[in-house]
Amino acid sequence: MTPMLSIKNLSAEIDGKTILNGLSLDLPAGEVHAIMGPNGAGKSTLSYVLTGRQGYEVTGGSVTLYGEDLLALTPSERAAKGLFLSFQYPLEIPGVPALTFLRTALNAQHKARGEAEIAAPAFLKLIREKAAALKIDFEMLRRALNVGFSGGEKKRMEILQMAVLAPKLAILDETDSGLDIDALRIVAEGVNAMRAPDRAMLVITHYQRLLDHIRPDRVHVLAAGRIVASGGPELAHELEREGYDKYAGVPA
Amino acid sequence: MSLARAIETGDLAELPSRRDEDWRWTDLRGLIRTLPARSTAVEGGVGAGPFDGLATPVDQVLNGRAERADPIEAGVAALRWISRGDGAHAARKTIRVGKGETLVLLESYEGLGDHVAEFDLVLDVAEGAALERIVLVDEPAAAVLVSRADVTLAPRARFAQTVLTSGARRQRIETRVAHPGGGASARLDGVYLLEDQRHADITTVVTHAGAGGVTDQLTKGVVGGQGRGVFQGRIVVEPGADQTDARMGHHALLLSDRAEVDAKPELEIFADDVACAHGNTVGALDEEALFYAEQRGIPEAAARAMLTEAFVAEVVDRIEHEGARDVARAWVAARLRDTR
Repeated sequence: MTPMLSIKNLSAEIDGKTILNGLSLDLPAGEVHAIMGPNGAGKSTLSYVLTGRQGYEVTGGSVTLYGEDLLALTPSERAAKGLFLSFQYPLEIPGVPALTFLRTALNAQHKARGEAEIAAPAFLKLIREKAAALKIDFEMLRRALNVGFSGGEKKRMEILQMAVLAPKLAILDETDSGLDIDALRIVAEGVNAMRAPDRAMLVITHYQRLLDHIRPDRVHVLAAGRIVASGGPELAHELEREGYDKYAGVPA
Repeated sequence: MSLARAIETGDLAELPSRRDEDWRWTDLRGLIRTLPARSTAVEGGVGAGPFDGLATPVDQVLNGRAERADPIEAGVAALRWISRGDGAHAARKTIRVGKGETLVLLESYEGLGDHVAEFDLVLDVAEGAALERIVLVDEPAAAVLVSRADVTLAPRARFAQTVLTSGARRQRIETRVAHPGGGASARLDGVYLLEDQRHADITTVVTHAGAGGVTDQLTKGVVGGQGRGVFQGRIVVEPGADQTDARMGHHALLLSDRAEVDAKPELEIFADDVACAHGNTVGALDEEALFYAEQRGIPEAAARAMLTEAFVAEVVDRIEHEGARDVARAWVAARLRDTR
């Protein structure tokens, strides 16, 4: 069976500097995979290449989502296909209330997929329910998105957006950074609530801590731009004990 | 020396030129080689203005000729400066807001054709009176327009102004405020949205002559194509005008490589114990914010429009009169759809 996401021999560079170097990874529907690795291994680059950020040039390999070439699509087309990135550093959007932003995004995705627009009352009902689960004060959603929000609030807003947009494939980039233990638990519960047979997640993290809360099916080690080891959840614990040193010498 | 003088006398030497420091980015003498003939009277109807329905009375000045002389004193009034054809004309008007009165003045510049025009307004705001002035300038690409307002405030007067313009071949919107301090306040805001080869110059001079005055200014511009925006904001705090509180912000977005913005914020402070601040930025749309919106599924063009509209909304939201604010919002949204 074709995996939901299939990355084959992917290479990419920024400003002529190679960051990803022959990375291969299969992610089947219904599974949660963790990508761990030392700083500078290319973890964030992978998330940006998959989502189509400008300035990241793919120099080789392929990425398919349900067999379709992902790299040929614009960032918003990829989003409409069901790809979501929870940013390590969520952006502030001055002048655009969170509610307006999310409704615009949701309806843009619906339109791209040829689905009907969601009406205002149905949207408000949906977002109230999801916000309550994440302990986000509804009044906060009337404020400009992420402007003046704390680090923890911004990360909860990312998960709220994920819950509302209901992606097929979610990439969580260092979602635990900047979270205290209570916020981490709320965020992890939000993520776990979204695990589903038709949804896959890629959890990018430097530490094993997040994986105590979001249990991965598989763990991959990313070093020097490619996957150098894969295993079950126990691999995360091994990395936590022994560090990344043993992968540092892997030639790029 | 002014465009109005040049039109009255037919003497090109009366035109402000780049040699005048205050006009160096809005050179009229270099542009106007021959003055067009004086405009004739406007024939036929002129249609509805942007603020019709919000105001009574609606006063009209047609090619420099005052159509009616209903006094504008209080309440909500509209003033339409209408230009038709390709002639030259100038007009002047005085409005006084009496002691303790409140006036909302909804002004529109509505041109069709390639006229050369200057309109001057003298505004007198008496003690404890309030004037909110919203100025919507929608002129054709070939027109030349100078608008000048001289505003005199009495103590405890409140003056608030929002200028919205899409520019013209060359255009200057100038406001001069004589600020007495004494608890009087002035808000001077502006929005310019320029495309193609349009030019707009927003110039303000606020002179604080007495202690305890407040001035708050926020101007934002969006310039695409080969458009050129000019912002000149001068705040003078004269000796003795202590406890003046003045802030000025000007921020512009450039949408193309050939767009240009020239800004000159000036604070001239000759008093002690004043709070004066200014901020000025010119740049492109935040590419990271743009990618963030695209990642959520908003296509690039829509994401750009959303972020640009939000950038301008900060100024428009400061308009106090609700009906005028709605008109301004709709005008901005329609204009931004054309500005690339």
